[in-house]
Amino acid sequence: MASTETLRRPASGFRISRKMLPYVLSLPALLVCIGILIPFFTAVIYSFQRYRLSQPWARQFNWGENYLNFITDPAFWNTLKVSLLYAGLTVTLELLLGLGIALLLQRRSTVNNFISIMLLLPLMIAPALAALMWKLMTNPSFGILSYLASLIGLHDFRWASSPDTALLTVVLVDIWVYTPFIMILLLAGLRSLPTQPFEAAALDGVPRSFVFFRITLPMLTPYILTATLFRLLDSIQQFDIIYAMTQGGPGNTLTVFQVEAYLNFFQSTNVGRSAALLIILWAITYTLSNVFIKNWLRLRERARGEA
Amino acid sequence: MDTMSPLERTLRGLALTLVVVFFMFPIFWIFLMSFQTNETILAIPPSIVFSPTLSNYAALITGKLQTAAGTLDIAFMSNLGNSIFLSVASVAVSLVLGVPAAYAFARHKFRGSEDIAFTLLSFRFAPPLLVLLPLTQYFQWLGLSNTYLGLIWVYQLICLPLILWIVRGYFEDISADVEYAYRIAGHSWFATFRKIALPLAGPGIAAAGLLAFIFAWNNFVFALVLASADKQPVTVGALAFVTSSGIQYGQIAAAIVLSVTPTLALALYAQRYLVEGLSLGAVKG
Repeated sequence: MASTETLRRPASGFRISRKMLPYVLSLPALLVCIGILIPFFTAVIYSFQRYRLSQPWARQFNWGENYLNFITDPAFWNTLKVSLLYAGLTVTLELLLGLGIALLLQRRSTVNNFISIMLLLPLMIAPALAALMWKLMTNPSFGILSYLASLIGLHDFRWASSPDTALLTVVLVDIWVYTPFIMILLLAGLRSLPTQPFEAAALDGVPRSFVFFRITLPMLTPYILTATLFRLLDSIQQFDIIYAMTQGGPGNTLTVFQVEAYLNFFQSTNVGRSAALLIILWAITYTLSNVFIKNWLRLRERARGEA
Repeated sequence: MDTMSPLERTLRGLALTLVVVFFMFPIFWIFLMSFQTNETILAIPPSIVFSPTLSNYAALITGKLQTAAGTLDIAFMSNLGNSIFLSVASVAVSLVLGVPAAYAFARHKFRGSEDIAFTLLSFRFAPPLLVLLPLTQYFQWLGLSNTYLGLIWVYQLICLPLILWIVRGYFEDISADVEYAYRIAGHSWFATFRKIALPLAGPGIAAAGLLAFIFAWNNFVFALVLASADKQPVTVGALAFVTSSGIQYGQIAAAIVLSVTPTLALALYAQRYLVEGLSLGAVKG
């Protein structure tokens, strides 16, 4: 009797701890994050309130008014337009450029590996600092790029300080920072493709364009989708580059969602409008991220399967 | 593939050269600029031949800048210190929180485990200002505004999902049989975790930590919203340089060089793991 007793006790203790163990292990991480979920719900509440920091006494629920006002608010439509334009331009150009570079570097060789590592460096520079670097290079009085522009006849080309070229300039900085991201993902994808289809195509003398469009691209699609969605999610909420470069200016040329929300909160102290803007942005990114996660999981399973 | 015509070879070489020039030139140019005085920077046409000076770095490191108007104090070294402290502490905290959680998610399929893991992942993709702006008010009530503790907490938004998902993948790659064998030999759960699982996933944990460090270091918006001058990291500090009067362009360049060197060095060191880290474990390099 005594012996079974002593045997059973650790066994049952073991069972309980085994059941509780995963909860105990993940609880601390969870608690830290719950602290972050509370402000999220606060933001939802703010977005349904008339709330200005300058007039705290007038704070009250106005329900959907912040959102309804957007319909007739040209500033909101400008924000939406600039955000979509920025995200569309950067992601398209980065995808084309990244795919091109990945194809150039596809073959494993010392030179190609060295170049692919070098090209990663811009990605490792803080976007805000990258914007600062480009700001120094496009300075009208001494910037090397302003000088080069004047050599090809573009005198007084004002880069980020002119409303006509500001978007172009920040898109250029974004391309400089983030093209390596797409490049490295697609390069890893290209190098992991099975070789048999390509060997078979080479034996049959299939034209190169056919190989690219009918074999390479379809097999690379999961990687392209994941990289594109990943970038799209980041790009639609770009803040660092634009804020560091122009603070949303000149005028309202570059007031993308997060920049506009930041300025609304700290400059015009309109908390309600700022929160409503961010909730709309969140709705966009939430939808995108659900599509993204599906693709990402498929790719992840494949990578784990190969391991 | 090997049958490239000379023309194609030349074109490929040319295209690659253009790519390398585009991506490397800004780094090279800012590096040069950091060794120049205002006179050589402002010279037209710009020249890469000049007598280099260390005066920009000297001014940043001593924190004293001699100008015609007198001595100017530069707090850049404290920004650099803040960056180091915030990044190291944030990564340490998220390793302590994230590695056990990653182990739990990899080894046990418990109720709600996937939901929790995906909720953590979704933080990576939500607009940071959505949380940050209400948080400024909560931090005032809690007395956390402009404290390292508050910042480190918020930095978990970047570090924790990264560590959780990468390290989870590494734990999943380890066969559970080794752990069972060790458990059957009479060792406790904790001993198994410490002596078997942790060492086997060690390289992955180190890589995830390095990447989380890079992302924490490069973060801009958290400190912009939540920290004032004495707690700001280099990303925010360097921006303030541009607007402050009396600072010379060479010093801005030198500050940028000092700010990006740690992440560039770490990236080169951990480049083998970058692909996996950047894709949150979805693609293996």
